Amino acid sequence: MATPKKSRGAGAQSKPGRALSLIVIVMVALVGGMFISGTFTPRLGIDLAGGTSITLQAKNEPGKPNAINKTNMDTAADIINRRVNGMGVSEAEVQTQGNDNIIVNIPRGTNQKQAREQVGTTAQLYFRPVLTVAAGAPAAENSASPSPSASSGDKATGKPTDKATDKAGQQATDGSSASATPSATSQGRAVTDGLKADATPSAGASDKPSAKASDKPAASPTPDKATSALQKKFTELDCTDKAARTTVNEGAKPSDTIIACGEDAPGQWSKYILGPSEVNGKDVKKSQAVINQQSAQWVVNMEFTGSGSKKFAAITSKLSAQQSPMNQFAIVLDGDVVSAPSVRTTLSSNAEISGNFNQQSAQDLANVLSYGALPLTFHEQSVTSVTAALGGEQLHAGLIAGAIGLALVVIYLVVYYRGLSIVALASLLTSAILTYTLMTLLGPAIGFALNLPAVCGAIVAIGITADSFIVFFERIRDEIREGRSVRPAVERAWPRARRTILVSDFVSFLAAAVLYIVTVGKVQGFAFTLGLTTLLDVVVVFLFTKPLMTILARGKFFSGGHKWSGLDPKRLGVQPPLRRTRRAARPVDPKEA
Amino acid sequence: MSKLGTLGAKLYNGEVGYDFIGKRKLWYGVSILITITAIVGLVVRGLNMGIEFEGGAVFTTPKTTVSAAKAEEYAEKASGHDAIVQELGNGGLRIQVAGVDTAKSDQIADELSKDMNIPADKINADLVGPSWGETIANKAWQGLAIFMVLVVIYLAIAFEWRMALAALIALIHDITITVGVYALVGFEVTPGTVIGLLTILGYSLYDTVVVFDSLKEQTKGIEKQTRWTYSDIANRSINGTLVRSINTTVVALLPVAGLLFIGGGFLGAGMLNDISLSLFVGLAAGAYSSIFIATPLVADLKEREPKMKALKKRVLAKRAAASAQADSGPVVGHQAEGEFADEPEDAAPAGAGPRNQPTSRGRGRGRPSGKRR
Repeated sequence: MATPKKSRGAGAQSKPGRALSLIVIVMVALVGGMFISGTFTPRLGIDLAGGTSITLQAKNEPGKPNAINKTNMDTAADIINRRVNGMGVSEAEVQTQGNDNIIVNIPRGTNQKQAREQVGTTAQLYFRPVLTVAAGAPAAENSASPSPSASSGDKATGKPTDKATDKAGQQATDGSSASATPSATSQGRAVTDGLKADATPSAGASDKPSAKASDKPAASPTPDKATSALQKKFTELDCTDKAARTTVNEGAKPSDTIIACGEDAPGQWSKYILGPSEVNGKDVKKSQAVINQQSAQWVVNMEFTGSGSKKFAAITSKLSAQQSPMNQFAIVLDGDVVSAPSVRTTLSSNAEISGNFNQQSAQDLANVLSYGALPLTFHEQSVTSVTAALGGEQLHAGLIAGAIGLALVVIYLVVYYRGLSIVALASLLTSAILTYTLMTLLGPAIGFALNLPAVCGAIVAIGITADSFIVFFERIRDEIREGRSVRPAVERAWPRARRTILVSDFVSFLAAAVLYIVTVGKVQGFAFTLGLTTLLDVVVVFLFTKPLMTILARGKFFSGGHKWSGLDPKRLGVQPPLRRTRRAARPVDPKEA
Repeated sequence: MSKLGTLGAKLYNGEVGYDFIGKRKLWYGVSILITITAIVGLVVRGLNMGIEFEGGAVFTTPKTTVSAAKAEEYAEKASGHDAIVQELGNGGLRIQVAGVDTAKSDQIADELSKDMNIPADKINADLVGPSWGETIANKAWQGLAIFMVLVVIYLAIAFEWRMALAALIALIHDITITVGVYALVGFEVTPGTVIGLLTILGYSLYDTVVVFDSLKEQTKGIEKQTRWTYSDIANRSINGTLVRSINTTVVALLPVAGLLFIGGGFLGAGMLNDISLSLFVGLAAGAYSSIFIATPLVADLKEREPKMKALKKRVLAKRAAASAQADSGPVVGHQAEGEFADEPEDAAPAGAGPRNQPTSRGRGRGRPSGKRR
């Protein structure tokens, strides 16, 4: 960056028109984009535009009496903050209130429904082995198998995950009865099979189970009742009923065997009996929405942590040895089965959740998974609209003050740089158009919102943008002071000014990039604005200021050193009679200083 | 303004100039004094943290006819802190006040109920946690630290470690001063303030980098001549970029001054003031430090190098010799207007009399030297 190539300066100088038309095309495209998207003003942050305020209340959960404490609330607020701010530029605010409330303020113009879904989702993610699958609505087929065999039933309600060594004599019975299971499994959908299926591990083909299935049914001596209850529940469950879906799992622990629903296609539900969780959301390191190349559908890709990979490898190697439907694992998010892929081989560090996704829902899920599960369950207590905290007058005053400041800048530039100020003002204008259109377009694209600090930042950016061409102008004037005529002065000044501009813009950009990567929330939003204006500064100076200067230097007004051109040698302290004419006749010397 | 233009020429040609390097001790002293004042202010008065950092209380009122602006006034009177007032969808108000504990919040609720004529039990008071939280603020600091390390590495590679170190010191100097002013003035520190501060970082460094860039260029091949010491050239490059520094600072400060004085004047204290004050102080400090602190520091560090010491010795010896034999010639004053290797001689104003030409003429920039005359 510090040592630009020489050839570039020469290229830009020979075809200044190209660069100019390029930037004009870009501007037209951006303005056109604004018309297409139908938005003409940047989205404003909540401090300027107001928005929606959602109050979430932490719910007490059975078995976790002390879960609602400051630590958990702060963690939850932090996670919600990351979720709603996705890219970190949407200017949503999250704070805890009282002992058990979290307030989420979302600026006007955000997709509210989506935001509400995101903040409230607890994102308890579990990978559970599938024991049985059935169509979502209660069907005759299901109810036809009323009583599971006692021995296998134990397992289903038992806790197979516990890796205790074999304990009870009952184990033996389990094993023997289970050995029969595979044959039954071929029918696949019957409840009994499913419940038996859990027992399969202890006797099934793979040897993992022996470790895994060292259940402790001994600890639950009255399994029959529980099993039949579970089975009854499963039989009766109607997945098409939303209330039924949400209540079926209530209070279930990760180590329980549960019943859950999953939507295969819109309106088409399946219900599952699922074994205890083997891998959970905490084992997910990173998650990302991508398009699966083969199926051309949106999927969510997950990358596991080290221990997560091991656990995942263990479950997949176990499952791959099973037969359908027990070779599937269900990905359960907040009690719903998102997807239940079947496993053919042992997988380890990566997994893909496929399901009924579109781009939005895949990205939402990836977002929720990446930032982790909320430590608490929340319910939405109130949703209300709020007005701007600062009121319109602050923005108004800011804009007026900014305009006055800008007018002063213009006066200063005109007085000091005279003709050159045309270039300066045109560059500022170009920069302003690019910044404005980009910010406007980024509103709908990535949720970018402008708050008052960012507006102030943009006003300061005037100075930073002006800095670049002041560096360039001063260089040109220095060259003229050395006795060059305007055209060579412009070309000789450029490589040196270019280096200075790039080095200092790089420093600015570095600041922006580091802050964007490291921080969250408002600081991230600010860093984004800073990085954007810095990049635009480089673009404007390279593609606009320099080419425009080259073209103008060809004209008589500037090259003749007119009194008002700002490049008048006399004013710059050069004694004009010296060799001016001869110098002008000399070909441009592109050599770098 | 044309005067400033010719001043620019004179500065460029070295006809006039301020001896920044020579008087550096004075400016170091000034900076140390300001820094100490800032630190004392910080320790004694401390920073007035906004609700976003330390939490506070939120009062929710039922539907009321009291305007948001009026309510803000009442709340600020009752609490002594800045208040943020929002109208809710149901016509009620949400009033947020920083730095309030339970006892205080009850008292404020009472006063609000009197002022706003709402029964006290209808005003719902709740304590809120810091929305900006320690996490976000800590992350901002962490980002800052990483940035400083990276920028020092970058500057050390692009320039050299002495410049990187000097830039870092100047940067810390700017931050201290800005934060100190905040403590002394007593404005509330909001996310806007922090963001203003972060803006300054980039800007302050930008300024410094421009001066360093000129310094680096001008000191290329410094050991091949015996006219100037490193400090002389450093001083020249400050003077040479002085017009640019003044211009860019004026151009950056004008809009901010507009925000601070005009915007703030209309509205009294508020978010705009918070941000523009930190920007104003920071930008001014940034410009000051790049000229008076960063470059003299580089010169100081550089002159410790044996190479530069030797150069200084040679230069001084040469000057002594020159002054011994120059009693008769019009050489006096040339020290100020002469130029270093990189410049063609015709830049000097005519009428300056005969000139001392450097013996080395490796500055024709590829031109056959015959063409010059």
